[in-house]
Amino acid sequence: MKLPINQFRFWAIGLVTAWLALFVLVPNLLVLLTSFLTRDQIDTVALPFTADSYVRTMDVLYLQVLIDSLRMSGMAMLVCLVIGYPFAMCIAKMPRRWHAVLLFLVILPFWTNSLVRTYALQFVLGNKGLINTALLGLGFIEKPLQLLYTEFAVVLGLSYILLPFMVLPLYSALEKVDERLLHAAKDLGAGPFNRFWRITVPLTSPGIVAGCLMVLLPAMGMFYISDLLGGAKHLLLGNVIKTQFLNTRDWPFGAALSVLLIVLLGFMLWLYFRAMRFVSRQGGINDSDF
Amino acid sequence: MTRTFRLGFLALILFFIYLPIGVLVVNSFNESRYGTSWQGFTFKWYERLFANESLMTAATHSLTIAIVAATVATVIGTLGAVALYRYQFKGKAAMSSMVFVSMLTPDIVMAISLLIIFIAIGIELGFVSLLIAHITFCLPFVIIAVYSRLRGFDVRMLEAARDLGAGEGYIFRKIIFPLALPAIASGWLLSFTLSLDDVIVSAFVTGPGYEILPLKVYSMVRVGVSPEVNAISTLLLVISLTLVAISQLLLREER
Repeated sequence: MKLPINQFRFWAIGLVTAWLALFVLVPNLLVLLTSFLTRDQIDTVALPFTADSYVRTMDVLYLQVLIDSLRMSGMAMLVCLVIGYPFAMCIAKMPRRWHAVLLFLVILPFWTNSLVRTYALQFVLGNKGLINTALLGLGFIEKPLQLLYTEFAVVLGLSYILLPFMVLPLYSALEKVDERLLHAAKDLGAGPFNRFWRITVPLTSPGIVAGCLMVLLPAMGMFYISDLLGGAKHLLLGNVIKTQFLNTRDWPFGAALSVLLIVLLGFMLWLYFRAMRFVSRQGGINDSDF
Repeated sequence: MTRTFRLGFLALILFFIYLPIGVLVVNSFNESRYGTSWQGFTFKWYERLFANESLMTAATHSLTIAIVAATVATVIGTLGAVALYRYQFKGKAAMSSMVFVSMLTPDIVMAISLLIIFIAIGIELGFVSLLIAHITFCLPFVIIAVYSRLRGFDVRMLEAARDLGAGEGYIFRKIIFPLALPAIASGWLLSFTLSLDDVIVSAFVTGPGYEILPLKVYSMVRVGVSPEVNAISTLLLVISLTLVAISQLLLREER
């Protein structure tokens, strides 16, 4: 028997689809459209279609910002990876009942206001902040170090805010690594480094790529971090996009920069799926293999 | 790596994660205006905070947005999760990939896309635009929280109900909703926190007439030190931490 068109089903599907279409799909298409329009003093954007905005992104000035923000985000990504990988590994090797608690402790700050946490870093990095007070007190330095409003501060801030994004995917990748592979390698005479480099790292590569992705991309947009910790000199792509939209009102250019960011996201996602494929081809052992 | 070394490393990183937060909280009770040295315990910044009308208005606005946005996002998100779980329909794959994409999209990209659509369809920047934006970024979190709970269900239960003549609405009210309630509540709480914390999206889609707390804090911090900010930040941290802890407990229950 065929049921009549069900009201509940209709609303359940309809509402979400409508919302996502109207406020996710269409807006993103509009960004793309805007990036090809011309700037207009009265209506913000106008015809004709042009690729000028993209040409402008190749301007030395903006290219420099793009490179700077890629560098700072990239460094934050590396810091997160270097801290996050051993951290996730330590969690994975702890007794099982600890895992949830430790993960919770890392993720907890992610749910608290990141602006507030960025601001809190000022107390640590400032001229009269914790680090300088401690170093002066211990007599290591004579004058306070300039930590705030430097590139170092921005990178630290980004890593601080985004670390949980790195730890989570790494943990879930590490947790899946089959211990038997490592035992087998040990039996066959592989040292700790070889076991790590040739088994753990390749098998966790989707986690590594996912983690890097989840740090790198938000990092470029977090304009308030460079605002509060970097001063005016250390801009991220997000600062430029924000200025284009809210101050200079050059929407096509801002949209073009944002499209570049999305293209980067797409590229990284592609890398991620490549890494996944690589792992499923390389294996890991399935129980069916035995 | 030995166990002690591992424990030490974990403790060290966690220490650094919580250090700035700790300093901020301590400073909100510090008599000294600049928070460089401890000059005695005081509640005066909290008193000033509650006497500061524009901050209090911004806080009320933020709470209003967070409560309404979390509620709407939870309703739509729950229905969406049920739809993804129960039904086969055209565009299902598109829908789930859109959920996935909107979660991955950097905030700033979502922010400008929303700003553009608001201007394009003529929604005035202020309460409504903020609300829509907050619902939009909360939605995927609710959908995923509820969906992963639904996946743990025994399908036979729903089939049995159906065989006995229950309609979809009835099945939802009597079976799905009660069983998914912890995830739904957790989704609400997480949405509430996300909304209360957001800076990037709000900065783009708000109008001058409707000030909300994170943006107010942002502008105060940029202008310079004002110790009320420490107090309000501490309160924000406490609220978020409590809600997240509750939502995690809800999710953990029965698992």
